[in-house]
Amino acid sequence: MPNPKERDEWAHAPFEAATIERLRALVADLDAGQRLWLSGFLAGSSGAVSAASAPSASATAQRSVATILYGSQSGNSERIARLLHDKFKERQVEATLLDMMDCKKAHLESAQRLIVIVSTHGDGDPPDRAMAFADFLSHPKGLRLGHLSYCVLALGDSSYEKFCETGRQFDARLEALGAKRFRPREECDVEFDLVARRWIDDVLTHVVASSNAGVQSNGEIAPRGGDAEIRSATVSTAHTRRNPFHAGILTNQRLTGRDSSKDVRHIELSLEDSHIRYEPGDAVGVVPKNRPDAVDALLNATAFRPQALVRVDSQETELRSALIEHFDIGPVTPALLQRYAAATGSSPLAELGRSPDAERRYLYGRHLVDLVREYPPAGLAEAAFAQLLRPLAPRLYSIASSQKSAPDEAHLTVSVVQYESFNAPRYGVVSNHLADLATDGASAPIYLHRNGGFRLPADPRTPIIMVGPGTGVAPFRAFVAERELTGAGGHNWLFYGDRQFASDFLYQAEWLDARKRGTLHRIDVAFSRDQAEKIYVQHRLRERGAELWAWLQEGANFYVCGDAERMAPDVHAALIDVARIHGALTEERALDYVTGLQRDRRYQKDVY
Amino acid sequence: MAAGEHVMPRALPLEELNPNERIKHGSRFLRGTLMETLADPVTGAVSEADGLLTKFFGIYQQDDRDQRDERRRSKLEPKYQFMARVRLPGGACTAAQWLALDGLARQYAGNTLRLTTRQTFQFHHVSKRNLRALIQGINAAGLDTIAACGDVNRNVICSANSLQSPAHAEVSRLAHDIGARLLPRTGAYREVFLGSPAPEPPPDDEEPMYGSTYLPRKFKIALAVPPQNDVDVFAHDLGFIAIVENGAILGYNVCVGGGMGMTHKASATFPRLSEVAGFCTPDEVPDVAEQTLCIQRDYGDRKDRAHARFKYTIEDRGLDWFREELAARRGRALQAARPFRFDSSADRLGWLQGADGHWHYTLFVENGRLADTAKRPLLTGLRAIASVHPGVFALTTNQNVTIAGVSEADRPAIEALLTSHGIANDGYISGIRQNSMACVALPTCALAMAEAERYLPSLVDKVEQIVSQAGLADDPITIRMSGCPNGCPRPYLAEIALVGKAPGRYNLYLGASANGDRLNALFRENIAEAEILTELDSLLRRYAAERTPGERFGDFTVRAAVVPAMVNGRDFQRAPDSSRSIG
Ligand code: SRM
Ligand SMILES: Cc1cc2nc3c(=O)[nH]c(=O)nc-3n(C[C@H](O)[C@H](O)[C@H](O)COP(=O)(O)OP(=O)(O)OC[C@H]3O[C@@H](n4cnc5c(N)ncnc54)[C@H](O)[C@@H]3O)c2cc1C
Ligand SMILES: Cc1cc2nc3c(=O)[nH]c(=O)nc-3n(C[C@H](O)[C@H](O)[C@H](O)COP(=O)(O)O)c2cc1C
Ligand code: SF4
Repeated sequence: MPNPKERDEWAHAPFEAATIERLRALVADLDAGQRLWLSGFLAGSSGAVSAASAPSASATAQRSVATILYGSQSGNSERIARLLHDKFKERQVEATLLDMMDCKKAHLESAQRLIVIVSTHGDGDPPDRAMAFADFLSHPKGLRLGHLSYCVLALGDSSYEKFCETGRQFDARLEALGAKRFRPREECDVEFDLVARRWIDDVLTHVVASSNAGVQSNGEIAPRGGDAEIRSATVSTAHTRRNPFHAGILTNQRLTGRDSSKDVRHIELSLEDSHIRYEPGDAVGVVPKNRPDAVDALLNATAFRPQALVRVDSQETELRSALIEHFDIGPVTPALLQRYAAATGSSPLAELGRSPDAERRYLYGRHLVDLVREYPPAGLAEAAFAQLLRPLAPRLYSIASSQKSAPDEAHLTVSVVQYESFNAPRYGVVSNHLADLATDGASAPIYLHRNGGFRLPADPRTPIIMVGPGTGVAPFRAFVAERELTGAGGHNWLFYGDRQFASDFLYQAEWLDARKRGTLHRIDVAFSRDQAEKIYVQHRLRERGAELWAWLQEGANFYVCGDAERMAPDVHAALIDVARIHGALTEERALDYVTGLQRDRRYQKDVY
Repeated sequence: MAAGEHVMPRALPLEELNPNERIKHGSRFLRGTLMETLADPVTGAVSEADGLLTKFFGIYQQDDRDQRDERRRSKLEPKYQFMARVRLPGGACTAAQWLALDGLARQYAGNTLRLTTRQTFQFHHVSKRNLRALIQGINAAGLDTIAACGDVNRNVICSANSLQSPAHAEVSRLAHDIGARLLPRTGAYREVFLGSPAPEPPPDDEEPMYGSTYLPRKFKIALAVPPQNDVDVFAHDLGFIAIVENGAILGYNVCVGGGMGMTHKASATFPRLSEVAGFCTPDEVPDVAEQTLCIQRDYGDRKDRAHARFKYTIEDRGLDWFREELAARRGRALQAARPFRFDSSADRLGWLQGADGHWHYTLFVENGRLADTAKRPLLTGLRAIASVHPGVFALTTNQNVTIAGVSEADRPAIEALLTSHGIANDGYISGIRQNSMACVALPTCALAMAEAERYLPSLVDKVEQIVSQAGLADDPITIRMSGCPNGCPRPYLAEIALVGKAPGRYNLYLGASANGDRLNALFRENIAEAEILTELDSLLRRYAAERTPGERFGDFTVRAAVVPAMVNGRDFQRAPDSSRSIG
């Protein structure tokens, strides 16, 4: 029986009534894992989606009658949780025991009954291992828990001002998210033994009594999200750079540590209602806008009238707004320099064009404003000036999430470009814009940029080697998540590099976690500034050459993402070396081998 | 003891014991997987089990707690770093060693050294990457870090400054002897940190005394030379009190079963002062120490680590049991204890002339922290002194350092350096600050619930206003602050103790004696700075008005019934009434 919400969603489905009926009947027969697979399949272009229909974690969760979720610092709550779990086992009732540290949105969405046991620490704060869960409950990003019944056991110490604060807050948050309390919250003071034991008995009685009914109706309970995914997959995404989707900012979190020389952000965008379906390897395009202060600085350096009309795409627009929205006023390119030299009749600039080296030196770090200050656009009208400029291009960012784990989100890994040149601070247009966006309703104009050339192998058993230093690691976060969620059996090997281990190891905690869970099988790292000599990923590739070659012999795919200027060519050269040395090939054959990999789409690059 | 409990805990099957026992046993004498986890470049940590093992080598894995939350949000692992504690029995090092340690601190340990309440050095903020280099540097200076932490006998401490008198020199030698005798024998340290080759086949009897599971818990020994009780001799598992007559040591009173640590509100845990069990001659001391340690090895609780210290073994089985057990093991009983008297547990700051005419300058180091601040470039100042001073640096158990063995002729040069660096004691230091101690706590200590070292100085600034208004500015009053109830700065022996409960909140204890022979008692629970100051203000004013001549603040608070005299540690966390009914 479809629930009312479900019926509501089908009502807007873009099908004939009869098709809807057929689809609905079909979908009702599928279990959660099958739905997940199907949604991925429909979202994928052609048959590229590799997912074997391995049952997802949530399918197992379906069988469990209750999820015991604990947050503990000194072990009390954990002990109680284990005790309760054991009691369930004694009665042959299947329950899931879960540390808040490991709790994902999907766990909450697939659970039927949630039993929360949590202590309070600090000055009314959650235990360390429950911090992330607390953050998540207070920024639940569209999580709705109407299907869930729950109860809370709060541990605390009444000599503290904020007694059992965390338990109280979680209780209130769960209620606010629509979950139904099946038993009032119990609060334990320091001497909690007796209270906890009574509570356990009470919870057991309650759950065991009502779970018989629950088990029978189990097949009826539809996991949330599945239908929505199927529906949106069938609607083509209409968002483009001219008609961007305004994606709300869910998270804007600095990833680099205190002492880092860089500011790299993890930005989570909301795709809710966008109908955007992406695959690992895809990117998001962000429509840029110049900073008004940078435009005004440029205008102030000239005699141009901000209101003068100029032509943009065959329309008349005021110069100032055209400079904000349509023209690149940043670093000067050689081509622009030559157009400008010609238009202004400047012979020194024209002279520069004859010596590429001198020109490169001259242009290094030089923005349009610096050029017009040194060589004023004498005699040029606003419209003619605007004609010289190049359009402001959208910026792409690799998507760092798998839509299977976050259906309504796209995560980006954005390195904020800031530097100084000609005694002025310079701000990269889009990266700074994104970094400045707050999570309180701000949005970014985006569209989906498909990247069919950067795809996971079709066969889930194929091993993959990922080389992604710096922000190049972004798509690999999506790769690893996707392979985990689809139960792909192939091994995953990541090469990561950056400046400093302590502060620049993007997503370090997640990689360690994945390694522990066994979904990231190998990881090698290179930090260039942690020792006297510079060490980069290509050095690690050579060091691990023998194993790398063995992986390639087993059919591994090889992916490179990140810096195009130096990293990618160095990695390319290292790969050839590995083939030469460990495959005992001549230079030429090694080159052929690597070219062959590229041809077979086993060596894919996404570099910028 | 419950009837029928005759099995020695050590003889129980491993599965019944605390998981730590299994880890120790399975570690191949502390090797574990340290070689692998130290080499893992993806994390700054070692594995949890290995982290337990490094402690036996004086090395603690920690993380910068100031950054913990921020790094979690940044999806970075905690800022893991290591603390390394030097093994320095008796607390003395040469000037050359000082310079070496100073250099290592600058290179690997965040430009700071920490003098501890057990008279040694700690390095903090050492990354895993640099750990071996640091340990090798320490060893190159003729020192090491073996057994500075872990379930073994720790650094043996003694009344500071061996150069002060022949008796002090003898006690210091004894501290070395005991330390050497009770040292773990495993080669793991040399293999893991110094690059020695691993023996083939691996030995299975590397630890004849300790065995594969070592001790149930840490074991601490202190030696005191009355009338100074700077080491707080009753605060340790085993204490030796020198009985000195006409400058010669006749022997030592042996005291057993002391310790500070407890857990808030767990009344089965408590600080306890050791009891004098008897007397032995100087040549008997190492054997008494070894046999006592072996008694604890065999009888200490190996199931519950919160009940595993020797103090609970003594508390549960009684002093008579111990005397008999020791006599049985040694084939000889201890003699009757001799009389002794302690006046103070403080250091005597400033210049002091030793028996041989040499001078010793005890420098006040607030909370033991050696670092360069704009006002007091202590690290650099002491480096300058070590560069010219041919003698010894003697660390005190009050976290200070004595520049020891200065000839009359060299005194002016040392004084000049102290003055030119602005680190001498003569800038005004109130009686209460001179007698203040705080443990390390945040940001490095994993167990801290509140600030200590970083906070106490500013709190003392405010208390100084109170004492000066009360006319007590020069009175010695001991104040100790710890970030948690484990008791690292021996807070339960302070006239005023502040023990952390949560950020900004402390329990206030009062009423310990000034010479370390009586614990304090809980006065106020879980209070913040404003209340601390209000309470101290009214108490200190009362003390100034009502004290009898020479009466110390701790004694006053007991006489005035502000707090009860805490006679037995077991009552420390119980309401006085309930303790009576249980008795
Ligand atoms: C550095 C020092 C405090 C100081 O400010 O000087 C210290 C610092 C620590 N102590 Fe301590 N203890 C220090 C003297 C003491 C003392 C005083 C003494 O021994 O004279 C005690 C009380 C005596 C006793 O042992 O009962 C003490 C009782 C503890 C305890 C509680 C032990 C217990 O059985 O009750 C712990 C926690 C534990 O072992 O579980 C502890 C644990 C710790 C640790 C290692 C925290 C940990 O286990 O993770 C602290 C490291 C903090 C850091 O970042 O440096 N420390 N600790 C002292 C180093 C002494 C040394 O050089 O060896
Ligand atoms: C397919 C693809 C995927 C991408 N994925 C990501 C990603 O995942 N994460 C990410 O952060 N970026 C990614 N990029 C790069 C991204 O698109 C932008 O180029 C980048 O964020 C800079 O844009 P901006 O508008 O902030 O800076 P701009 O305003 O475009 O300024 C950047 C320009 O400033 C100049 N400049 C920069 N630093 C200096 C310096 N130190 N000295 C002198 N001049 C300098 C250079 O000319 C540079 O091109 C990707 C690019 C592509 C093509
Ligand atoms: C540093 C610290 C701070 C605490 N703060 C609070 C608090 O603010 N409110 C409260 O009710 N309990 C507080 N407590 C008490 C704990 O919640 C209580 O000890 C609980 O039993 C711990 O459960 P756990 O072992 O599962 O973490 C605090 C405990 C500690 C150690
Ligand atoms: S007393 Fe507690 S907070 Fe202070 S150093 Fe010792 S263990 Fe850490």
